[in-house]
Amino acid sequence: MKVSTDTIVALATPGGSGAIGVIRLSGPEAIAITQQVFKGKDLSKQASHTIHFGTIRDGEQIIDEVLVSLFIAPRSYTRENVVEISTHGSAYIQEKVIKLLIQQGARAANPGEFTLRAFLNGQLDLSQAEAVADLIASHSQASHQLAIQQMRGGFSNQLKQLRDELIHFASMIELELDFAEEDVEFANRDDLKSLIYQINRVIRSLIDSFEQGNVLKNGVPVVIAGQPNVGKSTLLNSLLNEERAIVSDIAGTTRDTIEDEIVLNGINFRFIDTAGIRETQDVIEAKGVERTLDKMKLAKVIIYLFSPEQDQHQIEEQLIELEALKIPFIGLMNKTDLLTNQQNTMLKTWALLPISAQQKSGIEELKSNLIEKVNLANITTDGVMVSNIRHLEALQKTEEALNRVLLNLDSSVASDFLTSDIKQALHYLGEITGIVTTDDLLENIFSKFCIGK
Amino acid sequence: MFSKYDIIVVGAGHAGCEAAAAAANLGSKVLLITMNMGTIAQMSCNPAMGGVAKGQIVREIDALGGYSGIISDKTTLQFRMLNRSKGPAMWSPRAQIDRMRFAEEWRLALEQTPNVDFWQDTVTGIKLKGDKVSGVITSLGIEIDAEAVVLTNGTFLNGIIHIGEKRFGGGRTGEKAATGITEQLVELGFEAGRMKTGTPPRVDGRTLDYSKMEEQWGDDERGRFSYTDVPLVEEQRCCWITYTNADVHETLKEGFEKSPMFTGRIKGLGPRYCPSIEDKINRFAERERHQIFVEPEGWNTVEIYVNGFSTSLPEDVQYKALTQIPGFENARMFRPGYAIEYDYFPPTQLDLTLETKLVKNLFFAGQINGTTGYEEAACQGFIAGVNAHQKIKDKHELILKRSESYIGVLIDDLVTKGTEEPYRMFTSRAEHRLLLRQDNADIRLSKMGYELGLITDDRMEKVGHKIKNSDEMVDLFKKESVEPDQVNGLLEELGTSTINQKTKLIQLLSRPQVGISDLRKALDSLDKNLGEYSAEEIEQAEIKVKYESYFEKELEIVEKMKKMEDREINPDFDYQTLVSLSKEAREKLVRIKPRTLGQASRISGVSPSDISVLMVHMTK
Repeated sequence: MKVSTDTIVALATPGGSGAIGVIRLSGPEAIAITQQVFKGKDLSKQASHTIHFGTIRDGEQIIDEVLVSLFIAPRSYTRENVVEISTHGSAYIQEKVIKLLIQQGARAANPGEFTLRAFLNGQLDLSQAEAVADLIASHSQASHQLAIQQMRGGFSNQLKQLRDELIHFASMIELELDFAEEDVEFANRDDLKSLIYQINRVIRSLIDSFEQGNVLKNGVPVVIAGQPNVGKSTLLNSLLNEERAIVSDIAGTTRDTIEDEIVLNGINFRFIDTAGIRETQDVIEAKGVERTLDKMKLAKVIIYLFSPEQDQHQIEEQLIELEALKIPFIGLMNKTDLLTNQQNTMLKTWALLPISAQQKSGIEELKSNLIEKVNLANITTDGVMVSNIRHLEALQKTEEALNRVLLNLDSSVASDFLTSDIKQALHYLGEITGIVTTDDLLENIFSKFCIGK
Repeated sequence: MFSKYDIIVVGAGHAGCEAAAAAANLGSKVLLITMNMGTIAQMSCNPAMGGVAKGQIVREIDALGGYSGIISDKTTLQFRMLNRSKGPAMWSPRAQIDRMRFAEEWRLALEQTPNVDFWQDTVTGIKLKGDKVSGVITSLGIEIDAEAVVLTNGTFLNGIIHIGEKRFGGGRTGEKAATGITEQLVELGFEAGRMKTGTPPRVDGRTLDYSKMEEQWGDDERGRFSYTDVPLVEEQRCCWITYTNADVHETLKEGFEKSPMFTGRIKGLGPRYCPSIEDKINRFAERERHQIFVEPEGWNTVEIYVNGFSTSLPEDVQYKALTQIPGFENARMFRPGYAIEYDYFPPTQLDLTLETKLVKNLFFAGQINGTTGYEEAACQGFIAGVNAHQKIKDKHELILKRSESYIGVLIDDLVTKGTEEPYRMFTSRAEHRLLLRQDNADIRLSKMGYELGLITDDRMEKVGHKIKNSDEMVDLFKKESVEPDQVNGLLEELGTSTINQKTKLIQLLSRPQVGISDLRKALDSLDKNLGEYSAEEIEQAEIKVKYESYFEKELEIVEKMKKMEDREINPDFDYQTLVSLSKEAREKLVRIKPRTLGQASRISGVSPSDISVLMVHMTK
């Protein structure tokens, strides 16, 4: 028996920052969905049990270099098409990839769902199945508490209010349908629209807060960039305040590093693509800014290193490029011991902070600069509301459904045809707030409107 | 004195009549026991059939081979298709009915149904053989044997009527209550509860001043409930609308201290969507007026039903308040309104066939299951009657799905979720309501009625034509194109944009402003082509071309849910051993014994993860 027809996705390795992370998809569309965001070979033409190198992209932007493993049904754990994407061990990158896959039609898997599918498709034996059942059950008990824990600040209140408003909206429509003969005034379409706009605004702010929540949970992604040999790796190590064995100039070993993080003022700063930094040390002819541009777009803050060995023209050109990215950046002039007098006077004009990564001078200023750049006010814990990717998905789907309702309202579709999208909106919101039933709608109608001949 | 019957139906209201007719038409020997042969198929409350969602139910009963639609069509005073401005799933037939003729037609229909016997008596208990019902015992002390029993006791079980501070036993005003059955069933282990409903006063139509009211007429082109060609009453009667006012409300409030509702004498829960007038002015104090529908009770009687004025206040308060309503200044009251409390049995004690889980071959239908409404009662009676017959003849059960009928929604809701207040059907209760339309009940259900033997070959053939011919027309619209000059005049007239190149008919018809009848006026060849089709077939084609994409989307959802919906659970499934289930889920599953995973998922307290656990163990 096949139970599901949709394709699910989840992180298969423990969350956090391992060396690599594996994202797993299962379902009929697993390969097609992956292909949508994967640049490399045509996955649909590859054999089962093969591994393919390529990049995951969001439009033109490269998110990560990955290895994709294919398991074609029924030769897989779940007996469905399964794709495993090995990414670098960055929680930020992994979540970004999962988000992309969801945008392409995958659904965030429920806990235990892969195993459940494996079992239902006859892949597991009974004792394993019992374990799955227990897992699911214990999750169900824990999940509510978890959800509450995840609701920080005004999240739960805001959602409750949202739910009530949506119920009210749905009731207004149902009222028109089931009680057309009653002496009640039906809501005019403009009021309904403005109600949806209101609801959508709240949903939007919750969706946006996911980004902030992510920052808190996973750290502020920081990229250190600059021309080869400006001292990026040295700076990284100075910041991390440790000499790791890994800085050994042996290409490729960076793949095994633990992700690099520092905590400043209670905020996690995570240096992404540190592997790339180290690689460029060996590759002198790297293409400079262009090559790292994509990586830089992933950052919340960019630390850009210059060296006195660069000529003035080049420095100014790169500064212009940086500005154009519209991402907060800190420009650093490394190797201050090599500074010419003329360059020294230019530092102010360029707004560059002088440091010496080698001698660890200027590092403290850099740190306080970093804290300043992330603009703490925006990501205080009070503001963070959505931090769970499943909640994010539910909110996005709610928003999509409501937008369809708006569209239908605009084209004066009869109200009974509005209801399937409204039902969907209620359904998705219900995944966070608890299911909204017909009885909830009727309850609202009976309490607010005088119904009955 | 009595030979052995196949099936005894207790009660001759809407449920009992449909149950008796269905079982007898299937070939069972049926005894219909009623306390009063003069009140068979009595409309105890409003003189109307149908309405939103309810009208669809009447058509479904008709499509399956029940009588309610035919009898309603024969006795209609006024017909309206409600919700015409909405999509076709919302179109709902409703008719004012001649109350006395309705009862008479039902009685005559039953008399003409072979295999139906009548007996006037009060059933006081059932007879049992082991865990199976074997007959009934009556107040005359008679024992009558049967293979199966259908209880349709309405509001009669320990009924108590309230008018102001007065209270007395009764199943309807002027009629005795029935005692004994509840007590026996409770002793057998059934759970019983109390419900409440009410009815407005009836007045003398000769004493009303209609000039002070708004007229409300039926549709010019009248529709029907039955898919048969039962002749329709062409003439229609007028109804009126008037309103209460502040004076009326003041008067009613004076009676509140004597109201059985507000003093707590009534304990049963009443329907919130059918509140009494005192409830309305109490809960919605800000409203300055409430609508009153003035409905004639028949062609020849002068009695008028005051719809919207249900009350259990003292009769003198009722009277005084009535006379303050515009047009009612000189009203004479025939019968006061009253509230009634009665016993019901929470329907979670039933199987989807409406057979009780506790006693085999015992079926419940109608208000005894906590529902309200003639239509809700009638369809349950029909299903119970069919299933009683099928059970004793060892034939397949009739269980309708939620995705194919309102009847399926109703019974699944009752059996799976139970109900705390009188249950009435709303379209919002049906998740696939776009598919459950009044125009296609025959297409959805007649085949089932035919397979049972309740639908004739002729009728089935008619359904076949409707499907085939409407499809043919849709094909035609897809194929045929028109030139701009053929239709632009018409399009302009209809207030929609003109075309500047050859256009397929189907594209024009997909515009909300353009109907088939409009195009026929402009296009002679089309008019000729459609000449051979019936109006019903043309309407079906029009609904298809205009809304097919919505229906298809809905069908996809049904199809997607199907695997879960149809996945059967072994009736002996041992939930107790599944420690992974939540305690509440386990208890409910044991009690309700859902037949399918779909049904299980609708039980309140059974979470999606409980369903996953179930799936895991069902796959064992």
